[in-house]
Amino acid sequence: MPYIANTDADRQVLLETIGCRDFAEMWQRSQVVVPEPPLANIPSGMSEFEVLSKLRRLAAKNAADLHIFLGAGYYDHIIPAAVGEITGRSEFYTAYTPYQPEASQGTLQAIYEYQSMICRLTGMPVANASLYDGGTALFEAMMLAIRATRRRQVVVSEAVSPIFRTMLHTYSRNLNIDLIQIPAGTADSNQRQLLNAVSDRTAGVIVQYPNFFGTIEDWEDFNAQVHAKKALTVGSTYPVALALLTPPGELGFDIVTAEGQSLGSHLNFGGPYLGVMAVTETLMRKMPGRVCGRTADAAGKPGFVLTLQTREQHIRRENAMSNICSNENLCALTALVYLACVGKQGLVQVAELCAAKAAYARELLLAIDGVEAVGGEAFFNEFVIKLPGDAAEAVGKMIDKGFAAGFPLGIYYPDRKDQLLVAVTEKRTKEEIKALATALEAVL
Amino acid sequence: MNMKLIFDRGQTGRRGSSLPAMDVPAKTAVPERFCRKTPAELPEVSEQDVIRHYTLLSRKNMGVDTNFYPLGSCTMKYNPKLNERAAELPGFTDLHPLLPQLRLGGALTQGALEVIYETQRLLCELLGFADCTMQPLAGAHGELTGVMLIAAYHKARGDQARKVMLIPDAAHGTNPASAMVSGFTTQTIATDAAGNVDIADLKKHLGPDTAGLMLTCPNTLGLFDPQVEEICRLVHAAGGLNYCDGANQNAVMGRVGPGLLGFDVMHVNLHKSFSTPHGGGGPGAGPVMVGECLVPYLPVSRVEKRDDGTYTLRYNCRDSIGYIAPFYGNFGIILRAYAYMLTLGREGLKRVGENAVLNANYLRVKLAPYFAQKVDRPCMHECVLSATPQAKKGVHALDLAKALIDRGFHPPTMYFPLIVPEALMIEPTETESRETLDEFINALIEIVKLAETDPEAVLACPLTTPVRRLDETQAARHPDLASV
Repeated sequence: MPYIANTDADRQVLLETIGCRDFAEMWQRSQVVVPEPPLANIPSGMSEFEVLSKLRRLAAKNAADLHIFLGAGYYDHIIPAAVGEITGRSEFYTAYTPYQPEASQGTLQAIYEYQSMICRLTGMPVANASLYDGGTALFEAMMLAIRATRRRQVVVSEAVSPIFRTMLHTYSRNLNIDLIQIPAGTADSNQRQLLNAVSDRTAGVIVQYPNFFGTIEDWEDFNAQVHAKKALTVGSTYPVALALLTPPGELGFDIVTAEGQSLGSHLNFGGPYLGVMAVTETLMRKMPGRVCGRTADAAGKPGFVLTLQTREQHIRRENAMSNICSNENLCALTALVYLACVGKQGLVQVAELCAAKAAYARELLLAIDGVEAVGGEAFFNEFVIKLPGDAAEAVGKMIDKGFAAGFPLGIYYPDRKDQLLVAVTEKRTKEEIKALATALEAVL
Repeated sequence: MNMKLIFDRGQTGRRGSSLPAMDVPAKTAVPERFCRKTPAELPEVSEQDVIRHYTLLSRKNMGVDTNFYPLGSCTMKYNPKLNERAAELPGFTDLHPLLPQLRLGGALTQGALEVIYETQRLLCELLGFADCTMQPLAGAHGELTGVMLIAAYHKARGDQARKVMLIPDAAHGTNPASAMVSGFTTQTIATDAAGNVDIADLKKHLGPDTAGLMLTCPNTLGLFDPQVEEICRLVHAAGGLNYCDGANQNAVMGRVGPGLLGFDVMHVNLHKSFSTPHGGGGPGAGPVMVGECLVPYLPVSRVEKRDDGTYTLRYNCRDSIGYIAPFYGNFGIILRAYAYMLTLGREGLKRVGENAVLNANYLRVKLAPYFAQKVDRPCMHECVLSATPQAKKGVHALDLAKALIDRGFHPPTMYFPLIVPEALMIEPTETESRETLDEFINALIEIVKLAETDPEAVLACPLTTPVRRLDETQAARHPDLASV
């Protein structure tokens, strides 16, 4: 039997020791008296070779060699070979949550270093050990603002990822939360309307930086004005962009969240991903999720432990800060090793390549007859263009030519059916970008 | 061994990886006023620095691949390497999650959609349910989803009074936390002397305000409650629904299908019973299976199989609770669990529960004479022993655990469930051999004897690890959470 070490002879000895004739008697003694399920439609097991062959065939049925200009929060970045080498070490991936710190200093120091990396990147003083993904991190940020202010209204910009906003909506249905969504401008977050919506009932304002359309906006004044009304500011961000952009911690954000997939994780068709959260000093003890702290052992040697655990469910049960029990530890390790590999200069170089290639791509695309700009005065590596016809239809034709040309905004924004969100990373060559423009011109 | 952070290593100008040269004009659309004044203070290390630093760190860890790891309720079974190879296939790793939402994009993700669909089908068959969602990203996330489905069900019937979720006192803390996040209040139900749900206490609390019951089955004491079918009937009769916390499914893998016992909704942990790695604390997955009455409320999008054998995603489900994850779930984890179920097949899955329970009962019979037990009866896949005899002499469950570390074993779960004093919850899993169990038994007995003759020696443990016992009070009082 696969992965079961004991033989029939071993089992005989064990059964004798516990005083049972056979398994039937064992189940009986353990009071498992309910009927067995038939399991008729579960096939017989296969050998390792056969399973791998089958899965290779399934993998081959998926896209191969697609030129990816599709982002919308999930980006096709270069992943250094060293990353997989470390995350593939089974001392890391077959370990449990580090509740026995003396036997888990590897995991714990890695978490501490990851938290430190996030603080350095975002300019915030405190980060947790990660949450499930960028969307649940944003929900947890919303709940944190509500707990901290004891107010129940939240203002969200529609320039925040619609994928995340859908999740916010799902989680809020059963809670007494007043979620106000403010429509976006052409490619901006419509800061004026957002501010108008903030009152003394507002717990927090949620914005995205750069926003979902790729636009970079000035948040410093905005955040100051929100603070004047005693509400908190939440910024959902793109970690690679922070290599170039003013860190959110210097702009007055109280809570910073992000989808961390872009830091060394594959696209992975939906997960696993990485929820990043960082907060101000004031919010530290209300922050959800695991957190690792540095301390000393009985002999004065430095070491690491999970800490501030009285916030968590195993202690506070229904009074816990959230129901989140887990982090995405291996994904946090991935991000850590990625950031160590690319390093201080390397991440800047990644970001510069992304930004330059995106600017170049936009230039070529706007040169196509009928393609128009939408916003675009300030963007990182993602921008919106307006096509002469339906963007979804154009994208379908581009798929045929081997391009994932972008994200048709009409899927989530009904009045933007002719708009396409295009992302460019350091992985896209000049030739690919030229080919994209040529193909799109042919298709339109 | 000198403990350096990665930030303590390297030199200015060092780089760990190379990037392609700039092949387009360097001009960007990032205005100067939005730029950082100085780069983020990330390390400047070579690739060798990175590899040495993290390889050395990894060697400070215990994992299933290096040590017997009998953490009760965590199911630390062997993580098959086939699953890791499968999850690395570029046809899976390079797939953008939004591809199926692009016209003609669905055709480029058929292999991935088949993996998700088939995993759903296998789980439904194995556990006795009508349908399934793979979206929940962890066990607690699955719990939350399950409870939200129950909330949606009552809301759809206009049953506004059903605000209370019944939860046994032995339950894991995530149960009441999930109920709270779904807008419910909780009512604790007592456990009787036999370790089962106190039926009288349950009946007392059933009423028109009952939304449902959350039951861990087998329960957190490692016991199978023979009243389970009656409990489910009682809750249904009162108008509530039954949620099964499947964290302990390994005990009854192939032997019990909770959907056939009266449970309306259940979650399992792929990183427990289905062999996907724990990762040091994630990523996991907590798929949720439902009976017919809850199918309309399942999250979107849903993977479906057309008559022509192709796969598609359905978004327009009017009564769905919405998206609880950004996409289809943790695909990389789902893929590993699928590989596992393909490898085991019907027969292999049936053997899991049997061997897990046999191993745990063997440990119980050998170790029980040295400990107390809250309930002295045959267990399921884990046994709960109480170190109260040792505690009387000043050696607590925690001390026994630390002594095990020195002898090369990861300790069992300590102090859970809360209703057992000085608890040690030992779950060997089916993948461990008889000789490993014997080594563990001998080591623990040796420690218990040492606690009698030389308690100080036990209290000093661990002595062989990279650090000794750590000051957790200090860590909480003066938090040092980052090096900046």
